[in-house]
Amino acid sequence: MSRSRRFAPYLFIAPFFLLFAVFGLFPLLFSIYLSLHQWNPAEGLHTMQWVGLENYGYVATDPWFHDSLYNTGWLALVAGLPQHLVALPLAFFIHQRVKRGRDLVVGAYFVPYITSSVAIALIFNTLYSKDYGLINAVLAELTRIPLLGSPVAAVAGVDWLGDADFTKPAVAFVVFWRFLGWNLVLYLSALQVIDKDLYEAATLDGARTWQQFRYITLPLLKPMMFFAVSLTIIGSLQLFEEPFILVDMEKGVSHSVMTSAIFMYRLAFSEGDFGSASAVSWLLFFIIAALTWLNARLFGREARGEHGSR
Amino acid sequence: MFVKTLLAALACAGAVLAGGPAQAQPQQPAPRSRLTVATFPDLDRAARAAAPTWAKLHPEVELKIVSMQYADHHLAMTTALATGSGLPDVMAIDLRYIGKFAASGGFVDLNQPPFEARALREQFVRYALVQGQGPRGEQLAMPCDIGPGTLLYRKDILDKAGVSEAEITRDWASYLEAGKKIKAATGAYLMADASDLRDIALRQGLKDGEGIYFDAQGRVLVQGERFRRAFELGRAARQAGLDAHATAWTNDWAAGFKQGRIATQMMGAWLVGHLRNWLAPDTSGLWRSAPLPGGVQAAYGGSFYAIPKKAQNKAAAWDFIRLMTADKRVQLDSLRVLDSYPALLAAQQDALMDEPIAFLGGQVARRMWRETAAQVPATPVNPFDALATDIIRDEFEKVIARGKDIDAALADARALIERRARRRPGSVS
Repeated sequence: MSRSRRFAPYLFIAPFFLLFAVFGLFPLLFSIYLSLHQWNPAEGLHTMQWVGLENYGYVATDPWFHDSLYNTGWLALVAGLPQHLVALPLAFFIHQRVKRGRDLVVGAYFVPYITSSVAIALIFNTLYSKDYGLINAVLAELTRIPLLGSPVAAVAGVDWLGDADFTKPAVAFVVFWRFLGWNLVLYLSALQVIDKDLYEAATLDGARTWQQFRYITLPLLKPMMFFAVSLTIIGSLQLFEEPFILVDMEKGVSHSVMTSAIFMYRLAFSEGDFGSASAVSWLLFFIIAALTWLNARLFGREARGEHGSR
Repeated sequence: MFVKTLLAALACAGAVLAGGPAQAQPQQPAPRSRLTVATFPDLDRAARAAAPTWAKLHPEVELKIVSMQYADHHLAMTTALATGSGLPDVMAIDLRYIGKFAASGGFVDLNQPPFEARALREQFVRYALVQGQGPRGEQLAMPCDIGPGTLLYRKDILDKAGVSEAEITRDWASYLEAGKKIKAATGAYLMADASDLRDIALRQGLKDGEGIYFDAQGRVLVQGERFRRAFELGRAARQAGLDAHATAWTNDWAAGFKQGRIATQMMGAWLVGHLRNWLAPDTSGLWRSAPLPGGVQAAYGGSFYAIPKKAQNKAAAWDFIRLMTADKRVQLDSLRVLDSYPALLAAQQDALMDEPIAFLGGQVARRMWRETAAQVPATPVNPFDALATDIIRDEFEKVIARGKDIDAALADARALIERRARRRPGSVS
């Protein structure tokens, strides 16, 4: 084989590796390097100062970082869990019952996922507005209904994005709304590959719908559940866009939805402390890795497909 | 996010590497040179308005105005300062970023030859000039416009409630009392947000040379009486239901003005332009401008021009800055296109200042703003001012919305600010 022929394959795959090295690998490694330095970018590259692990210690003991972890955890649970608790049965229902116009139904649920976050911010800021929002207008109408009135009155006129008691639920709802369709599609695709014979056999044996769901669908969906939950964990811990665009950073109340990713952003871009921000990103990475590992443990080997396939 | 920034920095550096030689190569003894001015809206309109004048004065230097959105501009400039590449000849800087940028060491000291900005010292509003100074008194940026603080109020709403201008300006207690009357009579809120009141009250009694959050030695001042009083006033306003819970520049804020639900707003005089142009054009003639309550003399915002050390065309850059800041005609043109208030004293003496302002019901307000500007104390900026503002804002929210004790909140704020400010590069040995 001639020399040029020997090198040709490498040349062909080079573009990817070059781009990956510049835009993937370099920033990754540089952020490790950065996390061990103190650096304010406005002062130039030469002002980097080696501080060892000090940034990690600084961040780990920071009260704002603790607040941000709490906020992130809260939002992950309240926005993340319902995504699956609703998407799973919904997928089963659509799979079983919706025959005509199914694509339309699934599409409708999926649209929020692909909608631009700017549009979402505009719409929800308007919906949630205290004095001019549709949500409060509807709630105000509902208080007039005799029996429903008094419980609804408790939340009527709430400043959804301006009162620290309500910002987290308000943001959680938008996250839930946005990612429900994504999980729905994941579960639907997994449902479609389950052998129909299993359901037929179960029907013959007299299993009702609930029993079919419990004993056939759920166990066979385990691998997809593992996958979907892993994605939710990763996504939730990196949550940035929704709280960032919904609650203006100029508001004091924005602290109540400051996720770890937003904290990282503030450290870097408001405070000019890029070293500590990099340290946050790596601490977050370790937390995500640990939780993903835990999730894998919880779902067991089978779900991860390590068990030999039949 | 972080990765994205690095990418942006890389992309920037790449673009410069690619573009650099190409620009420098062609005409070696260039008959024409180029002056790059990086700016942001609406300030860019002032530069564009001055472009014909520049072309007449300097036909040999082509003026290139690069304008990006406010946040993008300051982020791009941070990146450019970090990498030392892609820097313009003239950089426009908003007051908010001036402390951070001034500490960067990336700008020339305009007091040094050949610039000698010191000679122009007497021509500018003193406090604005001090804002453009670095930690060692070096003049890093020249002020082009300023924002004398004023209390704008809806005369029609006050009249309806039977409240006079004297009542809302005498002192803070009287201002809040008037607010209760206005609320009872008209249903309108006294102010948009309690934080507006806090922000201005904590500037009360500032003297020349005193920082807002830090003293000259860098000590944190937030546990002082000034902050306590400001927090108490803000809390009193919130508890009395006098604020609309509308943060500045949000939709609710704008809607509040449009629908006449906000009776007064403390802000820089330039807000009149925003109200007229887009916030509430229909309320023309209903507003008046008054001095801030309690005799506070304060300023909101302001824009500056600076020359990066790595600028290619420093001589032309200085000519341009002088044109924008020290030329009376250009300064007055800026006022006309932007409704900005000139930093140049000569421009402040122009007959234009005596013109009635239709939006303010024919009030001759600019003269009053001139008085305010002359009395605003010269407050040195600290690189950590923006950070301290963030922290104070968070703690204030806890006080007014969650009932946190004021002393505890200020102690926490101080601990947080000190914790962050200790991270000043160079302080780690």
